[in-house]
Formats: sequence, structure tokens, C-alpha cells
Amino acid sequence: MSTLTARFAPLRARSNAYFAQHRSLGVLVAVITIGVALPLISRIPPFGDLQSMNAWVNAFTIAGIYALLAVGLNVVIGFAGLLDLGYAAFFALGGYTYAIVASPFFDIHLPFWPMLIVGALIGAMFGIFLGAPTLRLRGDYLAIVTLGFGEIVPIVLLNADPFTGGTNGLGGVDKPVIPGILEFTLINPWPFYVLMMVMIALVMTVVFRLQDSRIGRAWDAVREDELAAESSGVNTVISKLQAFAVGAAIAGFVGVFNAAKLTIVAPDQFKFVVSISAVAAVVLGGMGNPVGVAVGAFVIYLVQSIFLKQLNTLVDNFNIPVLQEIDFLEFQYVLYGIVLVLMMLKRPQGIFPAKRRIRIFKDTVGGAK
Amino acid sequence: MSAAKGAPDLVLKATAITRRFGGLVAVNKVDFEIPRGMIAAIIGPNGAGKTTFFNVVAGIYAPTEGHIEINGKRLISPPTGASREPALLLVPLIPFIGLALYFLLVVGGLAGFYEGVLSVVLALLGFVSVLLLTIVRPLWYVRFIKRFGITRPARPNDMVEAGLARTFQNIRLYKSMTVLENILVGAHVHLRSGFLGTIFQTRRTRDEEASVERESRELLAFVGLAGTENEIATSLPYGKQRLLEIARALAGKPQLLLLDEPAAGMNPKETAEMTALIRRIRDEKNITILLIEHDMRVVMGISDRITVLDHGEKIAEGQPAEIRSNPKVIEAYLGRGAASGH
Repeated sequence: MSTLTARFAPLRARSNAYFAQHRSLGVLVAVITIGVALPLISRIPPFGDLQSMNAWVNAFTIAGIYALLAVGLNVVIGFAGLLDLGYAAFFALGGYTYAIVASPFFDIHLPFWPMLIVGALIGAMFGIFLGAPTLRLRGDYLAIVTLGFGEIVPIVLLNADPFTGGTNGLGGVDKPVIPGILEFTLINPWPFYVLMMVMIALVMTVVFRLQDSRIGRAWDAVREDELAAESSGVNTVISKLQAFAVGAAIAGFVGVFNAAKLTIVAPDQFKFVVSISAVAAVVLGGMGNPVGVAVGAFVIYLVQSIFLKQLNTLVDNFNIPVLQEIDFLEFQYVLYGIVLVLMMLKRPQGIFPAKRRIRIFKDTVGGAK
Repeated sequence: MSAAKGAPDLVLKATAITRRFGGLVAVNKVDFEIPRGMIAAIIGPNGAGKTTFFNVVAGIYAPTEGHIEINGKRLISPPTGASREPALLLVPLIPFIGLALYFLLVVGGLAGFYEGVLSVVLALLGFVSVLLLTIVRPLWYVRFIKRFGITRPARPNDMVEAGLARTFQNIRLYKSMTVLENILVGAHVHLRSGFLGTIFQTRRTRDEEASVERESRELLAFVGLAGTENEIATSLPYGKQRLLEIARALAGKPQLLLLDEPAAGMNPKETAEMTALIRRIRDEKNITILLIEHDMRVVMGISDRITVLDHGEKIAEGQPAEIRSNPKVIEAYLGRGAASGH
């Protein structure tokens, strides 16, 4: 066994070095591999018995939504070091943006695909709107103000009845259509699953590229030492707004997908607990590591939505009256609490701590000055 | 270095700089100039206002009075508290204005709340204006502000853009980043690639990254840190961290380099190396240097000119030999308690 791993060691080192240089290709390969492998889980006995393959694929799609939210929030918290507890607001704005222009409510039906981009832009816009007043704040104060904004947005959505349908939200949101080829339906989870994987690949690529750019380095610098960053010539105001904008754009982008997938948006989908679950995922996965936080979100979602649910049915079978009355789905809050406390005590850097990228010098441009 | 002596080519010109903290006057009407190519030093007893003056020049504190020119470009005006950016008053309202604009114009327009074509026009107008305000904002806003003559006190990053770079008394590296990344951050002001260039990895962005990386490696070699590129900055020994901080400052291609106690905590051998490096920076890179230092061997050995501050005021300025024999300076250093009333 050990000789076998030893034989593959140089190959692994070479592939690691290769993917360090070609990250986008690495993302593509990883997403395709994972995208193909995940549904096969439902063929493995203990998991396959829990629910049908379609239900698993559906669960993975929703887990993907949470994963992307965590990846977006990680830009704000993990890269730029700004604790944002109102992240669900941008998710909501993305969803509502699509629902307003693609539902029977106003009887407007704009196509889904461009709205993905518009949703991201609207998200970015509000990221800047909500980020601007908080620029002078740090740590706890920033957290409290963003928490406030996170509450304001759903309340505005709740009360702006003529635009948002109030408590009922906007129903009957259009599902994506690829004209002449494919119509997405509620019964078949596969198109949504494939679309989600494509979105994950896109967002991951963008995030990795930003992380390795001057923008990403400025975020790192602002997080590490704001005064030194300013003295290195980083405009911290712009840098922070960029982080808010990118984080919010990802949330808006996913929000559009979420609205199309659920076919309804309502204010209570975007409560504080959504923001907290994203924070929990970031903390669990490892702040600053996009792959880590995505895995963290995946794990948290699957545990809460599948295993807590299974716990319900399992306990029901015991016929113990007290236990039967407990709804274990409500335990998700306990789960977040346990995750946050345990991680802070035992492994503050997360399961997959962020690693610095090693740069191997390759003079690719030759004589360019 | 000698060419600069004839023409008054000033890298830094600070005029009547005063900085108060409440009732305390930390720096009092200090005039200060450095011709290009000089190594100038500021000394003075503890609490003389050296670091405060330094921080004013570096843009960390805005001066209460006075202004600063770097390379003939006037910065830090107006003084604090004079005229503020009026837009700053609106900042807390931005989220609400944004939400209102979005619903009234964009959503309202789409929903057909207004007459016919106006509805669509308003929706588009709302969307575009909000987009301009936010995403394209910085450029437009800055131009707008400049046209009306409203300025804000310069901040450290403005100083870096004007051609100044600094190091800190207590080393402030980006702790979890690698040595190379630290220097790349220092080069931030000279990089131009934006969001789109980064996301699509255009040829320009890639060329820029490659060339800045090569320059950074050259800088590392210049200060004698070649081969440590991928180490975490704080894993370097203390003396090398100081060198790295200098390299990071040099990455900004400054014309004026501020060194805050560059030889603090170093042994005699390291101090000698640091002195040699400071000379090389001036001679080879043609960078003017202003330093604060307590180690008199360093100061006397390296400086072309020494300025002495005491109680926030400039009490003497001249060549090392003059300063050494200046009675006021001796009084300030030795008779501190008795001579405080001058």
C-alpha cells in the first residue's frame, strides 16, 4: 500500500504543480468530477436507503445554493475581514429582482439567463449601498450595523406590498428555459443540478482569479493591517467596497437561481438564520478558503436537511411520546451554535485553513517591460 | 545627489505644520524641506513630536494647520474641520436612498406605475443611474468633487500615489502573507488591472502580473532577501523583516522614503548593513530619504542634514558636525527637565 502511494507521489506533486498554475482548469475538472460523483452516493446502501436519487440530486442543488452563498460571504469575511451578518439581504434582492420581472404579479416575463447577470449587478449595487455607511466601522460595530441592514431589507420587502406582494411574496416565478431545447420543470431536478454545477464552476473561477489579483491582495492587506495597507497605497475605501460588491453580487446571482428553483420568493425565506448559516459555513470550512467554505456549507446543509429529518422519522418509530413531539428540524439552530462554538474552541482556522499560494517564477512575457 | 544642490528641486515641502491633540500641541509650526537626493534625519528627545510629524507627512494624521507639497504637488488641504465633503453627510442615508430609487424608478417603472413609455424610460434611467452611482462611482465622483473645489484631507494612499513610501517603527508586515505577496501589495498603486481584466484574465492583466512579479523579485534581491519569496512574512528573523518592510515600501517606486527608526533593535553588524542599504537606496535608486533614528552612530554617519525637534518645535537644523556642537541641542538632550521653559 505504502509503495503504491509512494509510486504515485511524484505524479501527485506534478499534478498539484500543474493545477496551481492552471487554476481555472483545476476548478473545471474538480466540479465535473464532483458533479458526476455526487449523485452516485444515492447508489451506496446507507445513503441510498434514505431517499430516492432525484431527492438526493435536489438536495445537492439546494446545498449548492448554500455553498455559493458561503463562497460569496467568504469574500467579505475571509478575504477582506469584514464581518457581515446581513448577507441574506443581497440573496433576497437578487431573488426579488428576478421574481418581479418574471412572474404573473406584474405580468412581465423577462428571460432567466440575462437576469442572472442583472441579479448579480443589483446585488453588487446594494452591496455598495449597504457597505458605504459601514466603512469606518470595524469588528463588533460593523457586525451590528450589517445585522441591522440584514433585517431592514426583508422588512422593506414585507411592507412594499405594491412591488413585492407583501407577506405572500411573489409566486409562480418563471423557470429557466433554453428555447427549443429544454424547459426546466419541478419534477426533474437534473437540469437545475447541472446549472448549479456550472454556476459553482463560474463563481469559483471568478473568486480564485480575484484572490490572485491586485484586488485580492489588497483585500488580504486590509484584513491583515489596515493602516499598513493604506501606507502601501491601497485605497481601503475602494477595496472594502469592492469586497462588499463582489460578495453581494454572488448572493444576487444565486438569489436569481433560488427564485427560479423555488418559483416563489417571500420575505421569510431571507431571515437572519440564512445569514447565520452562511457565517457558520464560512467558520466551519475555514475563512479565506473558497473550497473549504463551500464544503462547509454543503456539510451543514446536508446534515440539517437530511440527517435531522431522518432523525425525526427514526425517533417516531420508537413510540416514545416525549421524543415524538420534538421536531428535530428545529435543531438546526442548535447545530449552528454547536458548530460555531466548537470550531472557535478547537480549530479557529476552520477544517480547511486557507493556504498561501506558492508562486513559482516563470517569466512568461519575456522582454515586456 | 550633488546635481540637486544648485536647483531647489524639493521632494518634500511642509509649511507651518501644526498638529494638536486636544490641548496638547504635538507639532508646532514646523517648516521642513528636503531637496532631491538628500538623506535627511529628524532627531529629538522622546515626546519631541518626531513621530507625529512623520505621521502627518505620511498622511495618517491630518495637520491642524499647514500643508504639504510632495514633488510640487500640494496635498493635505484644507486643514481638518474646514470644509468637508458634503456627500459625507448623506452616507448614512445611502442604503435608504438606494432602496427608494430602486423601488420607485426601477421596479415602479417595470410595473407600469407611470404612463406608457415613461414607465420603461424611468426604469432604465433608474437602473443606469444607480449603476453609475455605485459601480462607476469613484471616477465620476472624484471628478465632480474636484470641479467644485471640495477636497478632503489627503490619506496615506494619496501620499503613496504622490510618490512617498514609509516603514513603521514597530514592523507592520502582512503577517499571514508570503514575502513576495507583501511586496506585491506594495506595488499596488502602479497596477491598473480592474475587475473585468482580472475575471477574464486579459493579456494586459497577465503581462502586468508577470512584470510586477519580476520587479518584486529584483527588489528582494536588492535588499538581500532573494530565495525567501514563498516564506510567510513573520517567519523571517527580525532583521530580515525590517528589510522586507523597506522592500515593500520601495515597491511603490517612491521618490521620498520615510524610515521610522530603521535600525531599532538591531545588533551592530545589522546596523552597519542597514546603513549601507540606506545609502544604496539613495545612490542606486535615486530615492530621497527621511529618517527618524535614536542610534546616533547611524544618524551622524549617514545624514546629509539633521533636524532637531523638541516640544514640537524645530530647534536646530544643519550638518551633523554643526548639530553635534549646537548648545540648544545639547540642552534639549541633557538638560531636559531644567530647560523645559525655553
